[in-house]
Amino acid sequence: MKFAYAFPLAGLAAAFATAAQAETITVATVNNNDMVIMQSLTSAFEEAHPGIRVNWVVLEENVLRQRLTTDIATDGGQFDVMTIGTYEAPIWAERGWLVALDDLPEAYQEEDLLKPVRDGLSHNGSLYALPFYAESSMLYYRTDLFEEAGIEMPEQPSWEEVREWAAELHDPANQLAGICLRGKPGWGENMAFVSTLVNTFGGRWFDEEWNPELDSPAWQEAIGFYVDLLGNYGPPGASSNGFNENLALFSRGNCAMWVDATSAAGKLYNPAESQVADRLGFAPAPVAETPKGAHWLWSWALAIPASSEKQEAAQTFLTWATSQEYIELVGETQGWTSVPPGTRESTYANENYQREAPFAGFVLDAINSADPTDSTLEPSPYVGVQFVGIPEFQSIGTQVGQTIAAALTGDTGVEQALQNAQRATARTMQRAGY
Amino acid sequence: MSKTRASGRTVGGLRSLSLQAPAVTLLLLWMLVPLGMTVWFSLQRYNLLMPEMVGFAGLENYEFLFTDPALWRAMGNTLVLVGSVLTITVVGGVLLAVLFQQEFPGRGIARVLAISPFFVMPTVSALVWKNMMMHPSNGVLAWLAGVFGLPAVDWFSALPMTSIIIIVAWQWLPFALLILLTAMQSLDEDQVEAARMDGAGPIAVFFYITLPHLKRAISVVIMIQMIFLLTIFAEIYVTTSGGPGLATTNLAFLIYMQALLDFDVGLASAGGVVAIILANIVAIFLVRLVARNLES
Repeated sequence: MKFAYAFPLAGLAAAFATAAQAETITVATVNNNDMVIMQSLTSAFEEAHPGIRVNWVVLEENVLRQRLTTDIATDGGQFDVMTIGTYEAPIWAERGWLVALDDLPEAYQEEDLLKPVRDGLSHNGSLYALPFYAESSMLYYRTDLFEEAGIEMPEQPSWEEVREWAAELHDPANQLAGICLRGKPGWGENMAFVSTLVNTFGGRWFDEEWNPELDSPAWQEAIGFYVDLLGNYGPPGASSNGFNENLALFSRGNCAMWVDATSAAGKLYNPAESQVADRLGFAPAPVAETPKGAHWLWSWALAIPASSEKQEAAQTFLTWATSQEYIELVGETQGWTSVPPGTRESTYANENYQREAPFAGFVLDAINSADPTDSTLEPSPYVGVQFVGIPEFQSIGTQVGQTIAAALTGDTGVEQALQNAQRATARTMQRAGY
Repeated sequence: MSKTRASGRTVGGLRSLSLQAPAVTLLLLWMLVPLGMTVWFSLQRYNLLMPEMVGFAGLENYEFLFTDPALWRAMGNTLVLVGSVLTITVVGGVLLAVLFQQEFPGRGIARVLAISPFFVMPTVSALVWKNMMMHPSNGVLAWLAGVFGLPAVDWFSALPMTSIIIIVAWQWLPFALLILLTAMQSLDEDQVEAARMDGAGPIAVFFYITLPHLKRAISVVIMIQMIFLLTIFAEIYVTTSGGPGLATTNLAFLIYMQALLDFDVGLASAGGVVAIILANIVAIFLVRLVARNLES
């Protein structure tokens, strides 16, 4: 029903935007820390490019996704630069919704972009979005607590060990949870983490014939483990904690361990924002049956929608915001731990960054070792570590995320939840004509 | 063709029709265009993410909708939510109206305070309840539980529907109070006094005089609230997002999920049509009930 109103309104907004000034570009982005820094550096861009003004639309991740998808699918043309992820880039490129970035200027140094990240944003050999920052996942832990308990962190921890440590360190009386993990439903929230857990337990979303495998033993085992671990040794209200909530908990010292995005490291190491900056340890994401797909690969990237009328100005902005100079600008003005990580070799070769950010080499390895094309023990037909690269996955991931959250709160049993998830997924796939 | 009313004015007729035409046309367009588009979309295979799969779908969307277990769960949830909130607000509203009708020092301020939750935006009140009242580690309720040595309740995961009901009832109780209090003020004091002299106690006065007097106001409260409660959305969106699982997904939220999380416009429109039909059924019954009440 709402769409009936949305169409004329979107058109009206677009008409105003063009009437106002020829060279104002509208940039839609996520309200993550790194993007907020980008917004605060707008004046630096406008000074360097006097002909272009930037109009910002900064939104929470889920809301942004809705706005962008409805705009691009209905050819709305409200935005000139869109912030999208590794999931959307190839799918939207295939639909012809994005402008191919084939003629980037020499100075941009396209080869400097990390290969797995670049591959994730390409379709048929062409790049369709430029990475703003990229991340994998890893285990953060509190060195002081581990030392006190006499635990030595091995080079590659296993999930079984993590469970033992979580049980030992869990101390609710002192507001300390053994482990913090994502519980908030959403395909980009709890399902990102749960998918890596399922991968390492030897499971997969679909078999090679696109039949969902959500009620398979590997899923049962992984979800059973997750519910047990987070339910017993997690913080109160775990089912509503996403990335940001857990970041706040960990930086306040309420978690002994946390498995999440590597991009949190910069914030956690910054003493101004984190109370555990001097007691922070990190290790690779834990594994179970197989190391395959145990840590994810994600990047937030900037792309130009085909519906934009100012593609040239938009590309100027793109190449500025994802350039080496931009990274240096952030390093100098905001401190080197705050630079957008995971996009360029040159960032990791930078001495300032290496000195200020002890996690740098580690993150680089994690990103380089994540392989979206081969992330499951048994072969699967899809691309993506923590997601499935098909348009239907948003819907599937959201539904399954809800049922997993219900299992976590004890609203439904694990087996029942997975049966529901399997049925819902099969229905969606059938409707999509697989 | 034209009929003559008792007042002598005619209804119908060419002249009055032509005078009514602009307003009626506007209203019809205002209503029929969106409605028509919704019905049209509901018969289409139209998913924003799959532009190559577009075309006439017949009743496929409806078939898919009615075989979806989520629909029945959502209808049940809608029923529970509307029913509980109506019960709480009407019973609570009547009691509070009686209370605030009494003379006591500071009554004016107390009345304003009691009514003020109604002026808080739904999103804001949901955020306040979520982060400051019901939060398991820094909410007021968790602190209260701690004072009595009880474990903190994680409201939105342990008692999701109850939490939503509490929030919505908190918002709508003042509305019921406002309407009922106004009605109370038109209650004839002499009648009450006469009853007292006949030996009726406060309870008898309440049941035989106050309550019958409030009957009309109560049916108005029920009707107006029902219309708004059927479409409760912001409170759910902000707090539980319909979860955990489908525990707090009502019809409005289900349609939202289909339209803006799954981007399935066809299916969402089918859901919208079903919601319109349901709301109309409810409205017809209610309007008749209220109309009968008002006439007698």
